[in-house]
Amino acid sequence: MAAEVRLQNVSKIYNKNTVVVPGMDLVIPKDELTVFVGPSGCGKSSLLKLIAGLEEVSGGKIFIDSKDVTHESPSKRGIAMVFQSYALYPHMTVYENMEFALKISKMSKEEIDRKITEVSKILKLDDYLERKPRQLSGGQRQRVAIGRALVRNPDVFLLDEPLSNLDAALRVDMRIEIAKIRQHLSATMVYVTHDQVEAMTLADNIVVLRSGVVEQMGPPLDIYSKPQNKFVAGFLGSPSMNFIELKVDDSKEDSSTFSGDGMISKFSLKTKKGSLNSQETVHLGIRPEHIDVSKSLETAEFKFQTYAIEHLGDHSLLYGHVGKSDCVLKVDPYTAFSEGEVLGITIQKDHYHIFNSEEQNVADLSAR
Amino acid sequence: MRKSLFSRIFTWLAVLAVSVFSLFPFYWAIVSSLKDPSSLFKVEYWPSSFEWQNYFGIFEEQPFGQNIMNSIIVAGTTVILCLFVATLAAYALSRVEFKGRSFLLLTILAVSMFPQVAVLSGMFELIRTFGLYNHWGGLTLSYMIFTLPFTIWLLTTFMRQLPRELEQAAIMDGATPWIILRKVFLPLMGPSLVTTGLLAFIAAWNEFLFALTFTLSSEARTVPVAIGLISGASSFESPWGRIMAASVVVTVPLVILVLIFQKNIVSGLTAGAVKE
Repeated sequence: MAAEVRLQNVSKIYNKNTVVVPGMDLVIPKDELTVFVGPSGCGKSSLLKLIAGLEEVSGGKIFIDSKDVTHESPSKRGIAMVFQSYALYPHMTVYENMEFALKISKMSKEEIDRKITEVSKILKLDDYLERKPRQLSGGQRQRVAIGRALVRNPDVFLLDEPLSNLDAALRVDMRIEIAKIRQHLSATMVYVTHDQVEAMTLADNIVVLRSGVVEQMGPPLDIYSKPQNKFVAGFLGSPSMNFIELKVDDSKEDSSTFSGDGMISKFSLKTKKGSLNSQETVHLGIRPEHIDVSKSLETAEFKFQTYAIEHLGDHSLLYGHVGKSDCVLKVDPYTAFSEGEVLGITIQKDHYHIFNSEEQNVADLSAR
Repeated sequence: MRKSLFSRIFTWLAVLAVSVFSLFPFYWAIVSSLKDPSSLFKVEYWPSSFEWQNYFGIFEEQPFGQNIMNSIIVAGTTVILCLFVATLAAYALSRVEFKGRSFLLLTILAVSMFPQVAVLSGMFELIRTFGLYNHWGGLTLSYMIFTLPFTIWLLTTFMRQLPRELEQAAIMDGATPWIILRKVFLPLMGPSLVTTGLLAFIAAWNEFLFALTFTLSSEARTVPVAIGLISGASSFESPWGRIMAASVVVTVPLVILVLIFQKNIVSGLTAGAVKE
């Protein structure tokens, strides 16, 4: 049965002064796939190990459903984990790898056999049960690692960067594989990755972490379209969001006007009431696909100085400067642009973000 | 790349020199053991006659069979006991976090720095107290002094190289430290166990000083002492032929052991040196 995982003021401090997680409250909803994402060193793997019980919390409590498991041993928490390096037992066959935990828990031979048969069918491992891990390909090893976790019927299923050891093509396959496996599985899944594509495609919920602090949590598209701060905005999306440095000219009730290098014509944007001071330096955040580009400068809002072009087939990317800020545009591949060309750009008015000097998003998102 | 003739000749000369240096003494022992006492001091590089009397002699005039048996028992029990203790110690030293771990490791290393003579009298008292004087048990116990430090160090280093996630996976599967050690680590440590075990065996097999001090009767002696105490009919005669024959007899088991396990030894000694 799937279970909810709840962290209550959980902290982790190494060697008395290296704070990895300063104190976190988090509810991981049951039956959903929650992805922890963040740059390396953001504490996402540590968090997973705390939930697993492989590391002891320095403070706070961990609940699985309503049961306090803070000081429970890992195997008694109803948790299974898939490791980054797979961590298969190299001297055991696929069957023995999956059997190991069940044997320890003194399950009967027939039941073990039934479970392994069932799981290996789902994972298409039935032909490989007598092989050793070294005789398997990367994707197969990955499936064995998942299978070893699945046979234990976990309430909570932890995956620590499970696809990072695979090559790009296989990674896409396994991503879809994992999405499929979820349909056979009634478990809460927690998935750690630094790959934002994996996060976007797999997650029901994304938790964006920085230095052990939750920056934002929510469904992927929400986080993508309504980032609460500049870090979240810049972390998700590839190429990442553009940030154009501007100064606040005037901030009224619910809208503000700006000025800045490279600006051709002024415009006002809806911002939260009283969130900006005039003369404050802000960043206008806009994703590459939300910018309209034109060859004429007259009707445009900013001047864009192109310095490189990448043709990706279905679209092209223009790299350039707006004032002092770097900027990337996603454009139609069949329109001819040249390096060094000066273009006019206009931002789409329902996709902009304004980050104030504290990097918080103050754009009025209520209508989106 | 094809090497020049000169460098190839040089290489083979070097190989020859090393081989002669290391193998000739043993060859000379074989040749001498096959001579009768009268022709012993004639310089011959090839045995002219095969006289087996030296080989029969060592078994007839002293309990040499018993001595070999003693050596096998002493070296065997040393290896078994030593590997058992060292594996447990290595698990703790490589996997369990505790205060003073590196200090303990250094202390273990320091034990092997004491010359045997320095601990001889203390060890003698200890063995007498335990009632193990003139018994193979006393030798097994005392041999631990020099075999344990290096086995613990070698096994600790090896165990450290086993991936941490493997252990964590086993913990998630509900394995206790004892199960982790027995079912996950030990099967992976085969080569290193063979290497360290063999090194301990050789050390125990060759040991002389303790064996001489802690045994009294010729029935309790191990082979190095037995060979050292082979005497001739008078004090003016050294029975070289028989000494050589005995040396050959006790070397053969070691050579066979090393040949059997040579693949393991190489992979054990270089394990983890490069990423696989």
